[in-house]
Amino acid sequence: MTILEYLLLDVILLFLLIVTSVTVFFLRNLFAATMVLSLYSLVMSLVWLDLDAADVALTEAAVGAGIATVLLIGALVVVGAEERKHHRIHWPALVLVILTTGALVYGTFDLPRFGDATAPAQTHVAPEYIAQSVTKLHSDDHGSKKNSADHPESDNFHGHVPNLVTSVIVNYRAYDTLFEVAVIFTAGVSLILLLGRRVAGNGGEP
Amino acid sequence: MRDQVILRVVSKIAAPFILVFGFYVIAHGELSPGGGFQGGVVLASAFILYGLVFGLAELDAIVPRRVTDALTGAGVLLYLLVGLAGIFGDYRFLDYTPLRITGSESAESWGMTLVEYGVGITVASVMITVYREVSQAGSAEK
Repeated sequence: MTILEYLLLDVILLFLLIVTSVTVFFLRNLFAATMVLSLYSLVMSLVWLDLDAADVALTEAAVGAGIATVLLIGALVVVGAEERKHHRIHWPALVLVILTTGALVYGTFDLPRFGDATAPAQTHVAPEYIAQSVTKLHSDDHGSKKNSADHPESDNFHGHVPNLVTSVIVNYRAYDTLFEVAVIFTAGVSLILLLGRRVAGNGGEP
Repeated sequence: MRDQVILRVVSKIAAPFILVFGFYVIAHGELSPGGGFQGGVVLASAFILYGLVFGLAELDAIVPRRVTDALTGAGVLLYLLVGLAGIFGDYRFLDYTPLRITGSESAESWGMTLVEYGVGITVASVMITVYREVSQAGSAEK
């Protein structure tokens, strides 16, 4: 594919993102809105894939398009499919939202440009991580043969994993991941304690 | 949706493949895109599909509440134990070096795989729990 074709693909995908998000805003039927939101996640996952972020794409497809849709539909069973009609505009809320949006957009002016090679994300610790995992796989190719004679069970990765993202998540950032799992665990336990007891027990009284 | 033949047959056929794909994503997290979190969500989606089609009672018969409750903690515990193995092997917390189960170069692989399974188990059981509580809240309101 040429640069132009990539550009065309990007424009189409981003256009679809805008169309789906605006559609969700204007839909009055909540079931339809949920489905379009799921479509938004699917397109978003394609955008991630286009940016070579396959891990994020997989997460977006599984969580955004899959689980989140199911949970929203589960919530719709409780609240009903039709949105209540109200045309009144809440002016203080509108002003607050416009101010917040303005502040956020103003904040983006300070961010490095997209794909900037001199951005801190590219120059800080990333080269070190890449040197320790990805290039290891290629530079050690000729040395691996004599090495594998000493350790017949070893692979060619020399204990370093080819997927840089996983390597960062569960190796260099293993503490962060541990506490992320602890957060998910806490959320699950809270749900069991709050909702599970209410349904099984005596109608909400502790 | 219990009386829809096509849904029942398709979900029964699809569920094992979704489970295998979930385990594949967890186990191959170090080689290909994915990992514990994504794999756990895919695993949970197989059970959620089953619950959607056959109802909560059938899901409870396959995976009892006690099992998901226990697995929620078991995943975190597995992660912590891998971390503690580093301390007891005279290294630092979450250092995978003592896990040389099949040769010195496999330590990182073992550590990362076990940790990914820990993440996957917790995420999958929490997702099943979330689905269960939300859909039960829905049926209780009716």
